[in-house]
Amino acid sequence: MSVKIQTEDFKPQAVVDALCKGRADIGAVVTFVGLVRDSAQTKSISAMELEYYPGMTEAALQDIVDEAHQRWQLQGVSIIHRVGKLRPAEQIVMLAVASPHRGEAFQACEFMIDFLKTRAPFWKKEYTTQGAHWVDARESDDSARKRWN
Amino acid sequence: MITVLYFASLREQLGRSSEQLDCPEGVTSIGELRTYLGARGLPWSRVLHVDELVMTSLNHAMADASAGIEAGDEIAFFPPVTGG
Repeated sequence: MSVKIQTEDFKPQAVVDALCKGRADIGAVVTFVGLVRDSAQTKSISAMELEYYPGMTEAALQDIVDEAHQRWQLQGVSIIHRVGKLRPAEQIVMLAVASPHRGEAFQACEFMIDFLKTRAPFWKKEYTTQGAHWVDARESDDSARKRWN
Repeated sequence: MITVLYFASLREQLGRSSEQLDCPEGVTSIGELRTYLGARGLPWSRVLHVDELVMTSLNHAMADASAGIEAGDEIAFFPPVTGG
């Protein structure tokens, strides 16, 4: 189990390798990698800046991992979330979930990203040709989280 | 003393990221603290006014207006989160 918040980029395969190291009982690893897009609606995005709440953000991610462990049989989870200034096509976030069977790994991975997007204190600021602005929370993210209730 | 933190758009609009306060008379919950801060006038009254645009936490856990606060607590105000 590993939760990291960092400015540096990461290598997804290295995250998976670390999750599985020394184990032969894992049957499935599901990963999610979120990237910075170069546009939103009609705006062209040149960069994005991510802010977080040191201390609380780690605790919130840990809670999400604990909740996933209660719901599904999981063998390991890794979350990496980057902060600071990022440019289009860069990686923002990665989740990796290991389980004996794929069904649980798929569900747990989707559950965790839905909760991360609505419960973990991160905030995005977009830099566009029309200036910088904070990204508004999306109703669809809230609906995605509520389906797990 | 309590510590109050502000993040993202709230931090920018209020022009500060944190402050320490002696817990004011009659302020025993996050909701009461929010009302107290809102009474500072602009921009506080405007920024803290709309419920849907302000989330709150107490000692690193999400908390609502009814959460009780006391000396030593860390309370944060921030907009709805947009990570991932």
